[in-house]
Amino acid sequence: MTNPIRITKRADLSRKNEIVIRILAVVLSIVCAGLALMIMGLDPIKIFSSIIDGCAGTELRIKQTIVKAIPLTIASLGIIVAFKMNFWNIGAEGQITMGAFGATLVALNVPPTTPTAVTLLLMFICAVICGAIWAFIPAIFKAKLGTNETIFTLMMNYVAIKFVTYLQYGPWIDPNGGGFPRIAQFTQNCILPSVLGVNIGWIFAIICVVLVYLFINHTKTGYEITVVGQSYETARYAGMNISKIIIIAMLISGGLCGTVGMIQASAVEKTLVAGIANGYGFTAIITAWLSRLNPISCIFICIAFAALIQGGAYIQIALGVSSAVSSIVQGLILFFVLGSEFFIQYKVSLKHKDKEVA
Amino acid sequence: MHQNLAIEMKNISKTFGEIKANDNVSLEVRHGEIHALLGENGAGKTTLMNMLSGIYTPDEGTIAINGEEVRFSSPKDPIQLGIGMIHQHFKLIDVMTAKENIVIGQKGSFFTKGKALSKEIKELSDKYGLDIDPDKKVYEMSVGEKQTLEIIKVLYRGAKILIMDEPTAVLTPQEIKKLFNIIRNMKEQGCAVVIITHKLNEVMEISDRVTVLRKGKSIETHNTKDVKVSELIELVVGKKVDLSISKDKIEEKKELLVMDDVTVLDPEGKNALEDVSFGLSTHEILGVAGVANSGQKELCESIAGLIKVNKGRIFFDDQNIVGKTPREIIKLGIRMGFIPEDRLGMGLVASMDIVHNIILKDYQNQPGIVLRRGPCIEKAKRIVKELDIQTPGITTPVKKLSGGNIQKVLLGREIDSAPRVLITAYPVRGLDIGASYKIYDLLNEQKKKGVAVIFVGEDLDVLMDLCDRIMVLCHGKVTGIVDPGKVSKDDIGLLMTGHTMEEIKSGKKEGELND
Repeated sequence: MTNPIRITKRADLSRKNEIVIRILAVVLSIVCAGLALMIMGLDPIKIFSSIIDGCAGTELRIKQTIVKAIPLTIASLGIIVAFKMNFWNIGAEGQITMGAFGATLVALNVPPTTPTAVTLLLMFICAVICGAIWAFIPAIFKAKLGTNETIFTLMMNYVAIKFVTYLQYGPWIDPNGGGFPRIAQFTQNCILPSVLGVNIGWIFAIICVVLVYLFINHTKTGYEITVVGQSYETARYAGMNISKIIIIAMLISGGLCGTVGMIQASAVEKTLVAGIANGYGFTAIITAWLSRLNPISCIFICIAFAALIQGGAYIQIALGVSSAVSSIVQGLILFFVLGSEFFIQYKVSLKHKDKEVA
Repeated sequence: MHQNLAIEMKNISKTFGEIKANDNVSLEVRHGEIHALLGENGAGKTTLMNMLSGIYTPDEGTIAINGEEVRFSSPKDPIQLGIGMIHQHFKLIDVMTAKENIVIGQKGSFFTKGKALSKEIKELSDKYGLDIDPDKKVYEMSVGEKQTLEIIKVLYRGAKILIMDEPTAVLTPQEIKKLFNIIRNMKEQGCAVVIITHKLNEVMEISDRVTVLRKGKSIETHNTKDVKVSELIELVVGKKVDLSISKDKIEEKKELLVMDDVTVLDPEGKNALEDVSFGLSTHEILGVAGVANSGQKELCESIAGLIKVNKGRIFFDDQNIVGKTPREIIKLGIRMGFIPEDRLGMGLVASMDIVHNIILKDYQNQPGIVLRRGPCIEKAKRIVKELDIQTPGITTPVKKLSGGNIQKVLLGREIDSAPRVLITAYPVRGLDIGASYKIYDLLNEQKKKGVAVIFVGEDLDVLMDLCDRIMVLCHGKVTGIVDPGKVSKDDIGLLMTGHTMEEIKSGKKEGELND
């Protein structure tokens, strides 16, 4: 009859306590990951120091981490815009792929003599348009017919990936590839320049963070998106054109993801492959949530995540452990950090040991 | 004497964050007594009762049931002790029959035992004078029937102590009479009944004793027959208040809004509004009365352009506004404030602060793409001051304000936009007495300014005091538009249940109508 644990919703949590809970979550995750590693017969200290070493040990590794943080950040921003509106865009993966397709479409068709700035600008525009179109399709169906955007955007991912696979094996196969199913490498004028040793995408990412922040907090459309997300009925009542708002938000969301595709194709892969999005579109859903849809905190979360990915990849090579080890570490950190949200929202207290009900 | 106490709550305190919802509250309820718990919104009535039904546990203080001290750890515990709570919003399953709703969630046999159960329900109903058909589906029931079902449900679970949270809010005057008879029957059977309410006339009519709560504290308990209404009001509000609603007849009227034969279909294709026609003039408050969901929402929304009008025309200044977008209608000067049951459903964004909620109606007139907060900050400050909104600041999310203050934000914004037609639906829903009268004053002020006001209300006394004319809706049809000076409250009650004015006048059905 008695339940010794009581769970109540917190009325208000001070900023300090919130930070304490979050730090505690990270500490606990490291302790648990350490225990898990010990059970597997590995030395946790060594693994952790290797992860840190792997993501920040040398200048090159720091650069590698940043290269991974760029697509994650921009894709998260795209997702934030959609999620602000309560539009569950889980199609970032496909929108990235289509953005890369758009960039490649330009790269393969411009004459090699075209100035770099012009090609890059054209690639960029085409990537944004393609990403936006991929987001527009589920958006228009949602706006006009009320379809479920979650399933729709998810399925659009596979269409995009299979479409690129088809190009890779069919019409766009590199004639000089010796029959190997790949698309030709970009010529030099299609490749994004580097700034301070990392591709210029990091500057894009910072600009996008600022723009998205200003857009959400200081523009009328950003305000409308938030109102639609919070209360559909209120938006209707205020005379907002909801269909238009859904479409605008998704065009922006898809456009940002398209930019990611452009950066990945032009600066990282230097060509188009089916796996160009590399799971960033899905990871970005997590980072967007963890940043609580705040563009500014998003950049830090994404760097942390990129470090984890980079460090995880490093220990596989450096220590020769299986990929499962880094997955376990990543998984445990996620488990605790996401789990801590519960303790931030709710208070759990043990009941006083009093007389019980007769 | 001690054993005679059904409920004894002593020095109860409960704190939420920084808010003391209950501060050293004590309450005693005897067997065979109808006890009214009176207080403004936010006075802590519901919190107190939620502790009695095991939803919250008190931080301090003790609860004794039938003389024995108890400590509840889940809502199941009080049920076992015979405490039943009837919530404001019914917790019934529409597609099931009355019988199925009664046994659902009960321990015992997995299958509903048909005949035995029907018999049991029949016995219970007879005992307390309840009237219900055990095999009727909930969605076919009227609000009154649903409430009766809720009562049977808790009685079936063996409740001897009943707590009712604002039970009359959704009932017609006739249904209220029936409910009060049921409550009196329960009292005769030895039950203890606690009624949470803020309607004074009901306290006077039904209760034996009344406990007044104010700002989380229990002020006083009185024998109802020894106390006057004016004294109660003073106890509730904490100061003397003038409880008269002024009504000035203003002659210079001009017809501003005309509804001509309007029909609106609901999503299932049934008539939500059927051939509704009326005119609304400047300097006028038109009341709309009706049982809940008689088409009030559709009426408001059709004028505001929020739902499709299937037939008919709506003229504003001789211009047909059917088919215009909500934004175009807002530009014409038609404002709507609809307070839904959950208060936040339409009109406000809960997680946003006052400033951002006030921008909602303004931002579209701002040039450019940038959202300008400046002018709205001033406006927010002014509205907070003028309407005396209790808030830590204008940047506090509105969901953290109390219900009454949330409503003031909404109404303040609508009035501030200088409307020509103001549609307010349930503007005082859940508001305390002081705040309600403030809102009636505001509406009267608007009327004086020449605004045409539609006031959709629940409390017939208020409708009759405030409005120049009252339109009564029943199942989406207008059953009458009456002058409140010339009809009685009972007449309006009859109109609400579908009788026409002619029937009432001819008095043919008098006998059956008055039971």
